Amino acid sequence: MKQKVTNQTRRKMLIGGAAAASTPLWLNVANAQADTIKIGFPTPLTGPFSAEAQDQVKAAELAIKEFNDAGGFNGRKAELLVRDDKLNPGEAATRTLELIEKDKVNYLVGSLSAATQLSINAVCKERKVLFNSISQSDAINEAKDWSVYTFHESLNPTMTAGAVARYSIPRYGKKIVFLTADYAYGHEMVRAFERAGKELGATTLADIRHPLGASDYSAFLPRIKALNPDILVLCNFGRDLVNAAKQCTDFGLKSSMKIVTPVLLYTARLAGGPEAFEGILGGTGYYWGLEDRIPTAKAFNDAFRKMYNGSVPSDYGALGYAGIKSVLASIKIAKSTETMKVVSAMENLKYDWYKGPEYYRKCDHQAVQTVIIVESKSKNMKDKYDVFNILTIEPTTEKNMRSCAELGHKA
Amino acid sequence: MTGLTFELLCMQLLTGIALGSIYALLALGLCLIFGMLNVVNFAHGAFFMVGAFIGVYFLGVTGNFWFSLLLTPLLTGCLGLLTERFLVRPLYGRGLDYPLLLTFGLSYVLIEVMRITFGIEGLPSITPDGLGGSINVGIGYFPKYRLFLIAATALIILGVWFLIQKTRYGLIIKAGAADQEIVKVLGVDIAKVWLLVFGLGCAIAGLSGILASPTRSVNPEMGVPILAESFVVTVVGGMGSPVGAVVAGLLVGVVYSMTSLFFPDLAELSIFVLMAVVLLIRPQGLFGKAGAMG
Repeated sequence: MKQKVTNQTRRKMLIGGAAAASTPLWLNVANAQADTIKIGFPTPLTGPFSAEAQDQVKAAELAIKEFNDAGGFNGRKAELLVRDDKLNPGEAATRTLELIEKDKVNYLVGSLSAATQLSINAVCKERKVLFNSISQSDAINEAKDWSVYTFHESLNPTMTAGAVARYSIPRYGKKIVFLTADYAYGHEMVRAFERAGKELGATTLADIRHPLGASDYSAFLPRIKALNPDILVLCNFGRDLVNAAKQCTDFGLKSSMKIVTPVLLYTARLAGGPEAFEGILGGTGYYWGLEDRIPTAKAFNDAFRKMYNGSVPSDYGALGYAGIKSVLASIKIAKSTETMKVVSAMENLKYDWYKGPEYYRKCDHQAVQTVIIVESKSKNMKDKYDVFNILTIEPTTEKNMRSCAELGHKA
Repeated sequence: MTGLTFELLCMQLLTGIALGSIYALLALGLCLIFGMLNVVNFAHGAFFMVGAFIGVYFLGVTGNFWFSLLLTPLLTGCLGLLTERFLVRPLYGRGLDYPLLLTFGLSYVLIEVMRITFGIEGLPSITPDGLGGSINVGIGYFPKYRLFLIAATALIILGVWFLIQKTRYGLIIKAGAADQEIVKVLGVDIAKVWLLVFGLGCAIAGLSGILASPTRSVNPEMGVPILAESFVVTVVGGMGSPVGAVVAGLLVGVVYSMTSLFFPDLAELSIFVLMAVVLLIRPQGLFGKAGAMG
């Protein structure tokens, strides 16, 4: 027994070092009571999405701190158990199983990739553990993958790519070329963009697929230029998007077409710099600049700034925050930590943690929320955090989502 | 494919040559080290990455690209000297696998050091003043920086060729690669030659890193995929043949580019198919001597 405790402590220290060395929260871990509310948090701390993952952890820690500072639930404090899933579905499943069986977590929140979240979800579904996913996926809400224990805090490609299509096609034109990372998420973005584009009369000239993680896209660009579309849609993510944006800029594609991307991430823009992303527009779930118009965004940013030396939360960070908040708030409403009671409390939750009102749609537990269309700035930036202009906010409506019937749900 | 024009084909060819330039440079460094020391340097991609980081960092500090272009190979070269002297040298005479495993491990150490120093997100790279944007090359617009890249690569390759073919040092290097015993007997301190060749190889890797940085994002893992591609180039060209490295580098770039035009999703695969075909027809590579690996 003693051996076990030592092992756990060591692992926590390792993770603390890797993920959040600066947070004082690890002090809580040391004197955590036996009956803390444990939330497992698998996320790819290493690998190409690690920047986003580390931000998820930071913001999740903030949500835990706020819960504990407010007295917890009947004096029970919450505790975050972060695990590195290395962006590998197999690793994610193993870590999840370990969290459930060995660490006895009450709930799971986390993940950052369509494939890993599906494997985490599969384990949770089988073990009947509540999982609130904070990464984009269309498949997770479809009846075959979904279970009553599955919640999806994140936006999905149908919502983001759809919003970007609805914004850009009427403004820039109907001839579309896609440059797509050849994996499930890339394909989902194309499908969603085309779905929204069809209603607006858009036509696809080509969907050029590149291997995931390609570092040089120049070989695809002369053909894209020759096709001469009105809009080029970059359906890739993370470093792929950074490199693609940079090379499209170098090859002068911006002079003859508008470049858009379904998901324009704060972290990718920081990594790529203003020049590469100049004029590129895309969808996102959150941008800190919302604080001028949304009070909860201001409160969230301020709390985050206070905890992390003035830095601002990213879009995926915000999801980590909201994912934890929803679960913890539902415990208080349900007045119980029992999974099914928390599930039904979450189903009825109306919340506004950081971006305006949200709720989980009954049939598939998808968070119904706004999509923010942002454009990358290259001039008049106030500081290094000032990277986007908010062009518009597509309002919350279930109309833009796939219907419950389409997803295979009965309701 | 519709819309296939002569201009598009030429543009694709030029893109392939620009792409191949970096491959050629990296493979040149790899094959110098292999040809002379019989060391398969698995840390070559990591030196490329370190070069990109150092270069972009100093570019940020000084704002002068040319200064970075000079300083980076010096620093990565010195790092190479230290690596050879203290890590690789004790392993000579133990076959190919010991230095291979050592440099493989070293690459992970270098990646981790860069993660700790510069953070996991990497650095935004900057295109030097005057080389941003694109220019009309007669068949359409092409990025100025990539033209510069082709020219710079050609210069560096010429420089290395001059060093090996026209200087006394080159003569020693060539002689050392052919028969180190005789060179030793003739009174040349072969250990010093190995040291300098390893340093030179790493300097070229670092230089390719800073040269490539404006075209891609600079991050700790950037050396991993390009190392695999460089090995393909080295094998296609023939292990240890500098001419082979240059020719195969450009060839791989052009094959990748042309495949991208017709079958974009097979682009990645195409260079491995090329390698398989070359190995079937000429197992020693295009310019390699038979039995170079032994």
